[in-house]
Amino acid sequence: MTGHAPAKRPNQLFRNLNSKIASIPMILIAVGIFFGGSIWTIIYSFTNSKLLPRMSFVGLDQYERLWSTSRWIISIQNLAIYGILSLIFSLLIGFMLAALMDQKIRFESAFRTIFLYPFALSFIVTGLVWQWILNPEFGVQGIVRSLGWESFTFDPLYNPDIVIYGILIAGLWQGTGLVMCLMLAGLRGIDEDIWKASRVDGIPMWRTYLFIVIPMMRPVFITTLVIIASGIVKVYDLVVAQTSGGPGNASEVPAKYVYDYMFQAQNLGQGFAASTMMLLTVAIIIIPWAYLEFGGKKRG
Amino acid sequence: MANISTLNTTAAGFDAVAADVSGPRGRRPKRALSRRNIILYGTLFVAALYYLVPLYVMVVTSLKGMPEIRMGNIFSPPMEITFEPWVKAWGEACTGLNCDGLSRGFWNSVRILVPSVVVSIFVASVSGYSLANWRFKGSELFFSILIIGAFIPYQVMIYPVVIALRELGVYGTLTGLVIVHTIFGMPILTLLFRNYFASLPVELFKAARIDGAGFWQIYFRIMLPMALPIFVVAMILQVTGIWNDFLFGVIFTRPDSYPMTVQLNNIVNSVQGVKEYNVNMAATLLTGAVPLIVYFVSGRLFVRGIAAGAVKG
Repeated sequence: MTGHAPAKRPNQLFRNLNSKIASIPMILIAVGIFFGGSIWTIIYSFTNSKLLPRMSFVGLDQYERLWSTSRWIISIQNLAIYGILSLIFSLLIGFMLAALMDQKIRFESAFRTIFLYPFALSFIVTGLVWQWILNPEFGVQGIVRSLGWESFTFDPLYNPDIVIYGILIAGLWQGTGLVMCLMLAGLRGIDEDIWKASRVDGIPMWRTYLFIVIPMMRPVFITTLVIIASGIVKVYDLVVAQTSGGPGNASEVPAKYVYDYMFQAQNLGQGFAASTMMLLTVAIIIIPWAYLEFGGKKRG
Repeated sequence: MANISTLNTTAAGFDAVAADVSGPRGRRPKRALSRRNIILYGTLFVAALYYLVPLYVMVVTSLKGMPEIRMGNIFSPPMEITFEPWVKAWGEACTGLNCDGLSRGFWNSVRILVPSVVVSIFVASVSGYSLANWRFKGSELFFSILIIGAFIPYQVMIYPVVIALRELGVYGTLTGLVIVHTIFGMPILTLLFRNYFASLPVELFKAARIDGAGFWQIYFRIMLPMALPIFVVAMILQVTGIWNDFLFGVIFTRPDSYPMTVQLNNIVNSVQGVKEYNVNMAATLLTGAVPLIVYFVSGRLFVRGIAAGAVKG
């Protein structure tokens, strides 16, 4: 038994010393920033820090104030609408495009290049382009009106009730290519024999997709879902570029709330409380997924 | 009854065999213009149009003069092509602070990009190598924290980073921003390199060990040359990611060293003056040009990069 055990060096700490030294940045980042930083923010969200972080605890005051601020409520509502619709549509469009692309079509790489290129662009560029296209005077609305339909109104960026849908259009344009790519990879992973078997059994294609292929692609769907969802929570630049949160504060989002309170309004406590809420949102999405994915082996 | 049906199938079988022997073999060739194909390519074409229209609108608008834009249609091609908006966007557009156009932002972005890409990839590749080949007690735990950290919204960690940089005396400087990009690029890049190094045959590593090579020697002389493809993928990921960054640029730099995205937003969304849509679109295109070129040149590698980025966790 003991014969095979490697001889131990006298000091555990100096084993693999070079590797440990090389890993110092990683350890610092993981423990210091990701872990420590998050804890720090959570702790300071219970203080009444204003311009500078201060250790004077006020319990849940910041959270009470947060949830009684209409701007935060609007932010959360926007995030919910944007998030749910963005999830549904990007999965739907992404999967449909991937299914079409999987039909052994010609020019596949050309189509893929076209669908994916917006993903290479920044949210700022995306936001500004769609701000221009949705411009009521010169953009889509203006064109339809000039064609003779005088009463046509489509001005999402100037109408507080529908502004979030204007942002959604831009967001989908930027992000669905990625979903398509992931779904396509998933579809390519399905065994060709499954298709042959279902063809032999005479099952129509749409039923094969719905009842065989999609259930088989469950892991791909879940991974994609988590990726889109954690991206949605972070949405910030798109709104800044497209509407700057306007008209009024109709298109505010939590990430922008955090930024404005931390770096503009000099109300750090509010910023920390809001960012902790964002963390909570992500945790609600991630923890069940991590639990499913790793079966409690590697827990978050 | 049963008999008849059996007979029928047999007959059908005979027919099939007969057809097989006499006629041309194989399935009936599909016609190119079947209904299925029209629907298939039609849908794809319409979808492609939706994705292409914004790019088209950007290009067309940036080549028009303002009078032509005011007349009306964002989709109509320019009657008179002018490159003046491009010149203006590059050299004269105003942000409210200064009027030397996007060129300043471009060079700022380049100054940010080069060291950030080099440093972040170096740190992450060494960490990935360490995790794959030189595991030590706790290394997997640190890695798990790193990966979980990839999902934490930046807003949660940003203020502690501000404080840390302020303590180090690099807040608001280029060094500070390089550190920030290194920090937030770590999870995905480390994962990328760790998985790649772990996929290399372990015999290679063992042979080098027996020959007496140490940690750095193996890294520089064996791993680095073998990992060139993954370095390219990491570079694509980082170049587009850092170039497109807005949040860190706005928080961690001072106005005179704002990266291109921040400056672009300031130019387009500045309230004073007449809105010059053609200049705005030229500026937008100029800012999007770098990642677009990377995308079109790298092709499949880009897809590989985002696929690698997608399977984190």
